[in-house]
Amino acid sequence: MPLIENGRIGEDAWSFIPDGEPVPNDRPVIISFERWQAERDSFEGRNARLGVRLKSGTLAGAIAADLDRFSLVALEFPKFRDGRGFSTARELRERYGYTGEIRAVGHVIPDQYLFLVRTGFTSVEAPEGTNPDSWANALKEITIAFQPSLDDTAPLSLLRRKLKVG
Amino acid sequence: MNHIAPGARAGIYHYDEIDRQFVAERVEQFRKQVERRLSGELTEEEFKPVRLMNGLYLQLHAYMLRIAVPYGVMSATQLRKLAEIGRRYDRGYGHFTTRQNLQYNWIKLEDTPAILHELAEVDMHALQTSGNCVRNVTTDPFVGAARDEVVDGRVYAEILRQWTTMHPEFTYLPRKFKIAISGAESDRAAVRIHDVGLLARRNDKGEAGFSFYVGGGLGRSPFVGKLVREWVAEEDFVAYLEAILRVYNQYGRRDNIYKARIKILVHELGLEKFTQEVEEEFARLRGPKYRLDPEIVEGVRQHFAPPPFEEPPDHSEALERAKASDPAFANWLAVNVAEHKAPGYAIATISLKPAGGIPGDATCDQMDLVADLAERHSFGELRVTHVQNLVLAHVKKDELYDLWKQLDAAELGSANAGLIGDIIACPGLDYCALANARSIPLAQAISARFADPVRQRTIGELGIKISGCINACGHHHVGAIGILGVDKKGTEYYQITVGGDPTLTTEIGDILGPAVTETEAVDAIEAIVDVYLANRTGEGERFIDTLRRVGHAPFKERIYAAD
Ligand code: HEM
Ligand code: SF4
Repeated sequence: MPLIENGRIGEDAWSFIPDGEPVPNDRPVIISFERWQAERDSFEGRNARLGVRLKSGTLAGAIAADLDRFSLVALEFPKFRDGRGFSTARELRERYGYTGEIRAVGHVIPDQYLFLVRTGFTSVEAPEGTNPDSWANALKEITIAFQPSLDDTAPLSLLRRKLKVG
Repeated sequence: MNHIAPGARAGIYHYDEIDRQFVAERVEQFRKQVERRLSGELTEEEFKPVRLMNGLYLQLHAYMLRIAVPYGVMSATQLRKLAEIGRRYDRGYGHFTTRQNLQYNWIKLEDTPAILHELAEVDMHALQTSGNCVRNVTTDPFVGAARDEVVDGRVYAEILRQWTTMHPEFTYLPRKFKIAISGAESDRAAVRIHDVGLLARRNDKGEAGFSFYVGGGLGRSPFVGKLVREWVAEEDFVAYLEAILRVYNQYGRRDNIYKARIKILVHELGLEKFTQEVEEEFARLRGPKYRLDPEIVEGVRQHFAPPPFEEPPDHSEALERAKASDPAFANWLAVNVAEHKAPGYAIATISLKPAGGIPGDATCDQMDLVADLAERHSFGELRVTHVQNLVLAHVKKDELYDLWKQLDAAELGSANAGLIGDIIACPGLDYCALANARSIPLAQAISARFADPVRQRTIGELGIKISGCINACGHHHVGAIGILGVDKKGTEYYQITVGGDPTLTTEIGDILGPAVTETEAVDAIEAIVDVYLANRTGEGERFIDTLRRVGHAPFKERIYAAD
């Protein structure tokens, strides 16, 4: 599936390993949160990078204590209308200080891309055949934001200003 | 910040280049979204929320476009543009809603980009009037004018307008989110039936702060908003709301659309647990990033500086003379005019409820007239109320008679604000795909039955509110008399409730008995009124107070006696 990063289709170094399949030790992989909970000891001493995938009902607090083990957290959108991931990403960044990659997976549309970036996502798994122009455009078409978010730390006293993203 | 001086007009937020550029970008974005839908790149499912976020609803017969009127305040110029659009793209009228917005009911999808473009010319749009986002914030229609005002709600409503516009985290909430603010002693904004209701007040140092009521709402399961925090200081205003929204976004139910509003979350978690979650979130958010700087509050407040009031004597000879000579005017004055904080001025409510008319509808000619009158008599500004009327907030007492004569000539002079003829009705089965029954014809029949202004005034304060289905767009739960359309084997029936109250003493009405037919409903309302008049103590006792005192029994007996 195409990976969108910085408004472009990028290289995806990661692969998701479904539960029950052996986890390769020599390359970056993403495992499910459920697997992590069940088999966490088996990842002790692993050198290659590890990522974890959270269902939309699993909130940031559930993974907070283990965040230093993961270079990537993938947040699932079962339907694009399920907006919990926006809060989860923001909690990961602002509450738990997570600095690794946050990836949106599942059903996300380009019209949400700007919101994803502003709440702390770094990459998006888009569906096959997606139109790359729509993703690129999504970061450019609206240049104004009225509230602080992750892309800047200016206090609210600047209620409105030009947006800097992408 | 880049303020434009308010000049001789009253309290209107003036767009600067940033606001304008934003709206222009959004119009262009929507044009592209329509293209992507037409090319098939966006599925209908994906397009729907995008369309709703731009105020475009698909109804029974046509598209409906809902135009945002931030906190119900607009300029005469804006109203004239709305009239022009109604003439060109609708059927010569518009409909003012309980959310203080304006709605066109007969719009073609292909016209919408052009309409949005025209709206943008007068700094208007249709953003966030639908969809699962924070909707247009509503406030007291007498804001900035009422004698009992403590805090100017427009300032904070405008801050919220900006803060919630395309909020990256809260645009895909479990369900829509409605906020109301009241800054006066009497609540004219029905704050406790909103997802978040804010009472702005002052502490003994004179500083502004807010009481937060959360989880009010009507619909299938009506709830009265619960007090989550008594005092939130002004500088924490946004942080506290951000905390509430974040708790809601994370924990609000998404498995069942009927259980997705914040009222269900508050109910299921319990007030204590909900409050604790919010307080924890708030404690962390409270840093400089979310602090509402007094300077920005001041900057926004400047937009709402009082208009250049002259200083006429508070007692107007001209007014007294007119009152003595014209009883119809005297009646209107007593019913539709409220006290202003500036001496010599008054607040006039323009009723959009002529006897037998459609509540909230105004023809484009009427809109043009009101725009002219607003310019002539109220510093070019007017308001939409949540009971679907209009308000000219700053009229010189000397000019009231002149104003009323012009209103009356255009069927806008009904003296029924707050009375039995001042009915709220949702669009119902005439327009709405979800309806069980028609609301509008019933409203028309009731208001025709009680057309006599003297009779109305004798009856006194009595709100009738009608919804065509359980979604309660017509607020029937909080009507002193509420009417709900139900479907009985394909026939339209109406269920009557009594005792609802939308003010701070909020009550959800109780069902009086089995549902009745449309003709029976009008008779039943009249019977209720008769029982009330027979039981009330003196002239002064309001319907709601008599009902509380005597209970349901006498009313039930009369209506259902024949069965
Ligand atoms: C005809 C198109 C309309 C449709 C399909 C519609 C649909 C709905 C639905 C489904 C709800 C319930 C939402 C929920 O509880 O989560 C609702 C609530 C509401 N609607 Fe409408 N509506 C329409 C028109 C209107 C109009 C014209 C007004 C204003 C006059 C209005 C005002 C409201 C209000 C105030 C509520 C909130 C009641 C509450 O607190 O639960 N609606 N609407
Ligand atoms: S209350 Fe029901 S019938 Fe009336 S507008 Fe709302 S959804 Fe439609």
